[in-house]
Amino acid sequence: MGIFDKFLKKKEKRKENLWTKCPECKTILYIPELLMNLKVCPRCDYHFPMNISERVESLLDENSYDKLFENILPEDPLEFKDKKSYKERLKEAKEKSGSTEAISIYKGSIQGREVIMALMDFEFIGGSMGSVVGERFYRACQLASEEGTPLIAVTASGGARMQEGILSLMQMAKTTMGVNILKSKEIPYITVLTNPTMGGVSASFAFLGDIIIAEPKALIGFAGPRVIEQTIKQSLPEGFQRSEFLLEKGMIDMVVHRKDLRNTLKNLLDLTFYGERCYEDRSPC
Amino acid sequence: MFLEFERELAELRDKIEQLEKIYKFGNREVRGDLIELKKKFREKSEKLYKKLSPWERVQLARHPKRPHTVDFIKLIFKNFIELHGDRRFGDDKAVVGGFAYFRGKPVAVIGHEKGRTTKEKMERNFGMPHPEGYRKAIRIMKLAEKFKMPLITFIDTPGAYPGIGAEERGQSEAIAESISTMASLKVPTVAVVIGEGGSGGALAFGVADRILMMENAIYSVISPEGCAAILWGDQSKVKEASKALKLTSQDLLEMGVVDYVVKEPYGASHWNYKNSARILSCYINACLKELCSIPCDQLLRERVKKFEKMGVFSVLT
Repeated sequence: MGIFDKFLKKKEKRKENLWTKCPECKTILYIPELLMNLKVCPRCDYHFPMNISERVESLLDENSYDKLFENILPEDPLEFKDKKSYKERLKEAKEKSGSTEAISIYKGSIQGREVIMALMDFEFIGGSMGSVVGERFYRACQLASEEGTPLIAVTASGGARMQEGILSLMQMAKTTMGVNILKSKEIPYITVLTNPTMGGVSASFAFLGDIIIAEPKALIGFAGPRVIEQTIKQSLPEGFQRSEFLLEKGMIDMVVHRKDLRNTLKNLLDLTFYGERCYEDRSPC
Repeated sequence: MFLEFERELAELRDKIEQLEKIYKFGNREVRGDLIELKKKFREKSEKLYKKLSPWERVQLARHPKRPHTVDFIKLIFKNFIELHGDRRFGDDKAVVGGFAYFRGKPVAVIGHEKGRTTKEKMERNFGMPHPEGYRKAIRIMKLAEKFKMPLITFIDTPGAYPGIGAEERGQSEAIAESISTMASLKVPTVAVVIGEGGSGGALAFGVADRILMMENAIYSVISPEGCAAILWGDQSKVKEASKALKLTSQDLLEMGVVDYVVKEPYGASHWNYKNSARILSCYINACLKELCSIPCDQLLRERVKKFEKMGVFSVLT
């Protein structure tokens, strides 16, 4: 390779860092502008995946938040190894995503209203739920119930984490029990389903929200589209398992554009919890 | 209908059945041979089933002759009255449920049912429930709570059905709600994994005070086929996946996910339904005896504690 070629390649690389292509409408987008627009394509409204820090910054008040339970970290109970060992996968996931696990718990506020947030990171082994996701989420529920603070979960997950075997499956029970604590104390629990929310996460705490919100065009369901296609041996209809489809079928409350999400959450928090009640009677009916 | 590694046993069983007929018709001379053969069968089978690989165990859990939920219901309970429908959409025959007597006391029973004949398998969708199946189960759970009946569930499913209608009607929500209902049900609950415990579709009936598992049953987060396809990129790597997933009853007992492993007569329950049901019935009875003496609030606390403990992680201080 000549010096000139090398230079061109370098330049290309630099260019790539500033520009990206919308996978939906194929428009070339300038990344700094895309970030200003909450990672939503200005042309077609495609919602790019957000990482945890971008999500936190877009939802919680500046300087209002703390990250919790980061000291709970994954182990390899099955000593699982497929083409790669689980330990290796964990290490790579940490480097790739910058997260310590597929869920992060934050305590902060939305326009002054205190909330606890559980945010999932799809970059960390597909946002899969293992023991740590279960434990951190469960502790978030406990904390929310002790402090009487509403809980908001923003999900992004391919499902349970196979590498932890049956223990991953049991996290569905554990997280559901966490949600049950909140329900018994009448503390709001709101879920925001983002692309994708599937399998074990979908069939546990994601669909147990008092109010369920989805981002536009997110893939949401129990079984993956490929598995369904293989089972029924026919192709799936356009828009199947997307947010708008779920709204139409009555499975979620609303589809909310990312730019409106913070405001919608604030309104819901006021309506369900923070706003002054006109009927406070708590005596047993 | 026998698995490859059972061929020798199947032949022995054939011989025993023939000799039994001859004996019944009055030929007493074969008695000695019969006893000999039966002894041989017992020895061979117990040895054979002990040393199976995880993949062979998976095949056994899916054995076409394995006793199903309806078989156990018939053999363990009396006066079973089946209830139908979810009052919202339909009646899912992949789920069987209702009321019955267990040792003289009313209980509620729910289980997956795969079906035996081809026609029945189609009707029951091979034991893969749709949301209406879970919603029917939730109805029965709530009735059990209302009428103070302990709940016994039988788990035997490849998984919840992956289909268009299932997704449209909220498979995820139905399973989540079933887990949630079982988690807070105010009566004693016992779950038994009798065959195939396939993922979330199985767990929907598995959040119980006591969890039993038949010796040759499996319980897994994903099928070995699915796991092989995703992690190995090759569906034929089922043997490797079965081993890696740690899905046998012994594995689960060691991990503390199940409370007891229920022994199967002659090493595998499909050789003797009656004895298998008798053993299982004893376990259920022992569990219920213990659970029925615990006050409700303590029962619920302990159930939560049980699942709270599941999972392995480290805590940095």
